[in-house]
Amino acid sequence: MNDAFAYLVVGLTLLGAAFLLLGSWGLVRLPSTMERLHGPTMAATLGVGSLVLASMLRARLQTGTWSTHELLIVLFLFITAPVSANMIAKVHLHRQRMTDIIEPAGIAGEPPNPDDGDWATFEAPRPSIAASTADLKRLPDD
Amino acid sequence: MIDVALHIAALAIALALLCNGWRLFRGPALGDRILALDTMVINVIALVLLIGMIGGTSTYFEAALLLAMVGFVSTVAYCKFLLRGDIVE
Repeated sequence: MNDAFAYLVVGLTLLGAAFLLLGSWGLVRLPSTMERLHGPTMAATLGVGSLVLASMLRARLQTGTWSTHELLIVLFLFITAPVSANMIAKVHLHRQRMTDIIEPAGIAGEPPNPDDGDWATFEAPRPSIAASTADLKRLPDD
Repeated sequence: MIDVALHIAALAIALALLCNGWRLFRGPALGDRILALDTMVINVIALVLLIGMIGGTSTYFEAALLLAMVGFVSTVAYCKFLLRGDIVE
């Protein structure tokens, strides 16, 4: 039983490290920013997941009791990784339209335009509403 | 056997951090740099977990959890700043 656990710890550790390395290598190797988003968000999250599983099994081997508090880390990462990837994609789309970023043609081609109107981040600011609090010269009286 | 695997994994994560650092300095878009920093945080979480496993203690768990939280918040704050020119509107 303990031998099986030890082999499992070794396998999961090496698998997790391989996922992390592949994700970061994708960050270096892929041609455009939108494609570079894929490597870290998926592979790196999976890598941390397997490393956390290995850590739990290792604690079981050493102390003889199960420890589950490592799952908090992986739960938090699984929740937050899509959100931060979405935010980075929004920033990239925004800056691609607003500034002159020359992107190499990726495998997927240009990001599509939505059918009606534009992405929410590109809406022209309405003159009556300040775009940010930094633009507010004074508070409105009412 | 486990110790050898843990040290190989630490080496792989160090290589991954080097890749992230290269992308962080190279750019070219700002999104790339934010992404590289975000990935660096994930890799450092894994490295802290590995250090805890090598040392055989669970002291490092809180550090890894805090890094997960702070890394996410910093990524979102940077993105919000670039999108809106402000973090808390």
